[in-house]
Amino acid sequence: MKKVLSVLLLAALVCGTVLCTVGCGSGKQQLIFYNWEDYIDPEVLRMFEREYDCQVVEKLFTLCEDAYTKIKNGSRYDVVTPSDYMIERMIAEGMLAEIDVSAMPNYKYIGDDFKGLDYDKDNKYSVPFMWGTVGILYNTEKVTEPVTSWNILWDEKYAGQIIMQNSIRDCIAVATCKNGFDINTRVESELQKAKQDLIDQKPLVFAYYVDETKDQMANNAAALSVVWSGDAAYAIAKNDKLAYSLPEEGTNYWFDAMVVPKNAPNYALAVKFIDFMCRPEIAKMNLEYIYYSTPNVGAIELLDEEYTSDETIFPDMEYIRTKCAVFRDLGEYRGLYQDIWDEIRATN
Amino acid sequence: MKKKAKNIGVRADVNNRNKWCAVPYYVWMIIFIVVPLVMVVFFSFTDSDYHFTTANYEKFLTRGANGELIYVTTLLRSLGLALIATLICLIVGYPVALILSSKRIKRSDLLITAIMLPTWMNFLLRTYAWMTIIGRNGLLDTLLALIGLGPVEMIGTNGAIILGMVYNFLPFMILPIYSVMAKMDHSLVEAATDLGANPLQVFLRVKLPLSMSGIATGITMVFMPAASSFVIPNLLGGNKVSMIGNTIEDQFKSAGNYNFGSTIAMILMVCILLSMLIFNGKGDKEEMIM
Repeated sequence: MKKVLSVLLLAALVCGTVLCTVGCGSGKQQLIFYNWEDYIDPEVLRMFEREYDCQVVEKLFTLCEDAYTKIKNGSRYDVVTPSDYMIERMIAEGMLAEIDVSAMPNYKYIGDDFKGLDYDKDNKYSVPFMWGTVGILYNTEKVTEPVTSWNILWDEKYAGQIIMQNSIRDCIAVATCKNGFDINTRVESELQKAKQDLIDQKPLVFAYYVDETKDQMANNAAALSVVWSGDAAYAIAKNDKLAYSLPEEGTNYWFDAMVVPKNAPNYALAVKFIDFMCRPEIAKMNLEYIYYSTPNVGAIELLDEEYTSDETIFPDMEYIRTKCAVFRDLGEYRGLYQDIWDEIRATN
Repeated sequence: MKKKAKNIGVRADVNNRNKWCAVPYYVWMIIFIVVPLVMVVFFSFTDSDYHFTTANYEKFLTRGANGELIYVTTLLRSLGLALIATLICLIVGYPVALILSSKRIKRSDLLITAIMLPTWMNFLLRTYAWMTIIGRNGLLDTLLALIGLGPVEMIGTNGAIILGMVYNFLPFMILPIYSVMAKMDHSLVEAATDLGANPLQVFLRVKLPLSMSGIATGITMVFMPAASSFVIPNLLGGNKVSMIGNTIEDQFKSAGNYNFGSTIAMILMVCILLSMLIFNGKGDKEEMIM
C-alpha cells in the first residue's frame, strides 16, 4: 500500500513539474508591475492578462524610497507607480524612459489639472495614476472635539492613542505643517524645530505604521492617526465611527504616476498597460477598490454620487489650492532629512 | 614495514580525494560568505564615489540634540534586549531539552517535531499573528476582558519585542541542547549515581557540564538573530522602539546609503563576535574544570 502511495505521489510530482514548466514556457509575455501595497483592484490585472494574453507579475513596495533603491540597484520592472517627488528625482538621475502618449488613445481622459505638474513639466515621463491628501483619521467615539489642527497630535489627552506615519517625508511634513513651515523646507532651524517636536511627541505615540494603520484604526485600536486619504476612506468604509479631517494649517497633497524605467524588460507592453489603466471604466474600478482619487475625468463621470460627494476622496479644491503643497525632491538636503529621521527613530 | 607504507599511501589518496570533494563547498563559501563580507568591509570604508573614508564610522558616533549618542544607544538597546531574550530562552529551553532527552519520555522525537513545527511556517506570518494576539482589542485583551481583567498594553513596548524574540527563537535554543544531551553517555549518570551522587549533584557535576557545548551553540543561535532582528521591532514594537536592525534596514532599503548601512553592520558583527567569544570562552573553561 505504502509503495503504491509513494509511486502515486512521485507521479503527481513529476506531472506537476512538467505541467508547470510547459505552462511557464508557453511564450506568454510578462509585465512586471511594481506597485504600492494595497494599491490596485486585482481584478483589473486579470482583465489586462486576458485581453493582452500575458502574465502580470505584481511586486509591492511600502514606500517609494524603497522602490527607488531597488530600481537604482538594477532591479528591472516594466511599470512603477512612485510619487511626485520621487519621479522628479528619477527623471533628474536619468532613470526613466520617455512615454509616447500619442500611442495611448486613453490618455485624453487624464484631466488637464494633472498635466504639466512640477515633477514632470512636459508630461514626458509619467502618466498620473492616483492622487490624494495626507490628513488625520480619527475615531469619533474617542475624540469628541472637532479635529481642525495638527496640534491635536501633541495633545497629552491622547497619549498612547496616536498612530503616526512611518515614512520619512510624511512624518516630518506633519511637524513642518503644524509650525507653518514649508513642507519642502531647507531651513536648518525649521527642520531642527520639526525634529524636536516629533521627538517630544514620541511618548504620546502608540505606533509608527504605514499599511497597518488602516486596519488598526478600523479595529478601534487608536484615536488619531496620520494617513493617506485612500486609506482613510477604506477604514471609514469598514468602521463608520471613523472620520477624516484636513487640518487648517494645510497639508501635503500628492500624485502617484505610472512610469517606465529605462531598463524595463518590456517597454511596448508597459505602454499598453498604462493606456489600459487610463480607460475610464478601469480607473473607476480601481477607485472603488482602493478609495484614492483619480485624475481620470472620464472615470469621474461614471462614478456614483456616493463616491464623488465623499470629501475624503474628493476634497474641497479651494482648500487644496490655498493650503496644500506637493513634495519636491530635496536634492542635497536628502541626507539632512535622513539624519533627522534616524534621530527621531532612535530616540526612545 | 612495507604494509605500513602502503597504508599511508591509501590514506593520502583518500585525503586527496576528500580535498577535491570539498572544492564545491570552498567555492560556495567564497561566493556567499567571503565576497559579501569583503564587500561590506569595502562599503563601510568608502563614500558613495568609492573613495576611502572613515566618515561612516565617525557618523556612528553622532550625538543627538540631547547630547546622547543616537546610534550607539540603539546598538546597546538591541544587545540588551537580545541578551534578555537569550536568557529567557535558556531558562525556558534548558529544562525542556533536559526532560525531552531523559529516557523516561517516550516518543520524544514526536515532541521535538512539535517544537519544530511552528518554524515550518513563515517567520513574518508568525509575527503578524502575535500582532493580532497582543494588539489593542486583540485576542489576549478579549480573553482577559471575559474574566474581568483589564487590557494589557504590549504593542510598542520592550516586552512585546522580547516576547516575539523568545517565541521565534526558542526552538534554536532547545534543539542544540537536546541533541547534545540525547547523545550523552548514560553510563556516566549511572556511575555517578552508583558512587552516591544525589540527583542534584548528578545534574550539576555530570549533565550540566556535558551539555555546555549545546548551551553555547544555543546561545549563539538565539543571540545573533535576536540582536539583528528588525521585523519583530517593526511589527510588535510598533516601530517605536527602534533596534539596530531597523537602522540598518532603513539605510539599505529607504535611504539607499549602503556605506553607512555597511558600517553599522560591521560594528554589529564585531559586537556579536566579541560577545560570542565571552560566552564561549566561559563555556570552555567550565568544561575544562570538570
